[in-house]
Amino acid sequence: MIVSELIAKSKEYRQKILKYIVGANAGHTGGSLSCIDILNVLYNVVLNVSPDNFESPDRDRYIQSKGHCVEALFVVLADKGFFSEGDLNTLCRYQSHYIGHPTRKVNGVEQNTGALGHGLPISVGTALAAKMDEKNYRVFTLLGDGELPEGSNWEAALTAAHYKLDNLCAILDKNNLQITGSTADVCNTDPVDLKFESFGWAVKHVDGHDLAAIKDALESVPFEVGKPSMLIAHTVKGKGVSFMEHNISWHHGVPNEEQYAQAVAELSA
Amino acid sequence: MGNVLTDDLQVTKPNLEVFSATLQHLATGDRNVVVITSDSRGSGKLVPFGKKYPTQMVEVGIAEQNLVGVAAGLASTGKKAFAVSPACFLTARALEQIKNDVAYSDNPVRLIGISAGVSYGALGSTHHSLHDFAALRAINNLKIVAPADNYETEQAILQAYHLDQPIYLRFGKKPMPLLTEDSTDSFTLGKGRVVRRGQDLAFIATGETVYPALMAAQKLKSERNLDIAVVSMHTIKPLDTELLQYFAANAKAIVTVEEHSINGGLGEACASFLLQHDYRKPFKIVGIPDEYTVTGSQIEIFNHYGISEVGLADAALTLLNTMT
Repeated sequence: MIVSELIAKSKEYRQKILKYIVGANAGHTGGSLSCIDILNVLYNVVLNVSPDNFESPDRDRYIQSKGHCVEALFVVLADKGFFSEGDLNTLCRYQSHYIGHPTRKVNGVEQNTGALGHGLPISVGTALAAKMDEKNYRVFTLLGDGELPEGSNWEAALTAAHYKLDNLCAILDKNNLQITGSTADVCNTDPVDLKFESFGWAVKHVDGHDLAAIKDALESVPFEVGKPSMLIAHTVKGKGVSFMEHNISWHHGVPNEEQYAQAVAELSA
Repeated sequence: MGNVLTDDLQVTKPNLEVFSATLQHLATGDRNVVVITSDSRGSGKLVPFGKKYPTQMVEVGIAEQNLVGVAAGLASTGKKAFAVSPACFLTARALEQIKNDVAYSDNPVRLIGISAGVSYGALGSTHHSLHDFAALRAINNLKIVAPADNYETEQAILQAYHLDQPIYLRFGKKPMPLLTEDSTDSFTLGKGRVVRRGQDLAFIATGETVYPALMAAQKLKSERNLDIAVVSMHTIKPLDTELLQYFAANAKAIVTVEEHSINGGLGEACASFLLQHDYRKPFKIVGIPDEYTVTGSQIEIFNHYGISEVGLADAALTLLNTMT
């Protein structure tokens, strides 16, 4: 998919994210809008994964550690044909598989996530298996900057470097906000690039909303042979809707009718 | 499913050594068998495995959360992942990884809790696992197994290998006498094993407490001519309620025995079932009481709390006397 098509996709995805969050009257709005451009590039350019090959042991894996931003994932998976988009009308409804975090009961979801700090260790194990079996698949995982203080991330970061997992790429959705406030105020993890570099990772930065730049960065994985890759995506929480951007009240805020109309107007402009 | 115990292993060994030997046997025929350790290959008796199959052993260092997460990732690709760590750390520090990455995500990791219960003796409560049955019983999609002897250990590993489901197995450190001479029952996950038959009372025991229960039953036979049944209830979950019902119907009283807190383990699982199915039997849970555990070796701790030939015989007599 070329960049102009990716740009159109992101506009479409953002509107759908809001549509289904409004429909469910629940969801993680700000984070889904901050990570959607990354998911767009992953599923439309980078990942060798589709409904047709999802059972193949050779497929690429995407594991979403920041599971609460499941609305972004569901919208993309529906677009890729893993299930009918109409299923998302049941989001968070009684007995629906489409709950507020990824579950394997939804076609296309690799792992059940939601508790933070779990995606990276599982991704390390999955990437390690590829090395053992001399398979070429790669493992991508999306972390939120708010979940970085979970110690399991750093345990896994050590193991990834120790086993030279250059088939593993972690992407940090660095929107600098978490539920209480700024990540710098809650528990500062900066300079996060130097931390991962010192752990033995190859690190790159990218504007997490510049689709061409994300594409270039993810197509250059591994950043360095023999090292796991960390792409720090600088993003804006609530990206694309003026009153949501940089505003923690939209962490899991749901727009009312008027706000929704304004958001759709901005996103379709 | 054959018996792979070699001749030298017929002599009683710590269950851990049988676990390691059985795993080597499995790895010989299956390169997907992978052991993940947290600096625990020595205490897990896995040094020979690591030397023989270096590419099938993953070392993550002292990092139990990562241990279980990595094992879940490996298992998700079809690896037969055995995550080995002291039971105390594995089931407390990595409890959320067990709950989410293994059980909830249905990644068939074989969780191996080594040096379980009070095996570490005088190292104290930090190293004891008296909570693991209770914590794990409340997690859906996870089997819980505590083999009693070398035979049960070998069979449990072989069956867990074939089962391809999330499972937790715990082993102690000390050599365990073979109970097979007292029983012709074979080992099947989920089915209790009757080690000794009798109608006067039934000891429903698990793991390394089955042996003292058997000793107590033999003592009560020779001294009081009582016929006491002994069951190795190696699978805590799912509980063999059919066998439990049999003894509830046919024995005069039931004593459960476990190397675990009296809260939330085998005893409470049995009590819950019996009460809800209208069995009103004299019933006693023997385990580690809800207190700061006494200091000492495993055997001293067992003796202190009556998990012993004498203590269990006394518990049985006390219960039987209350009936007269």
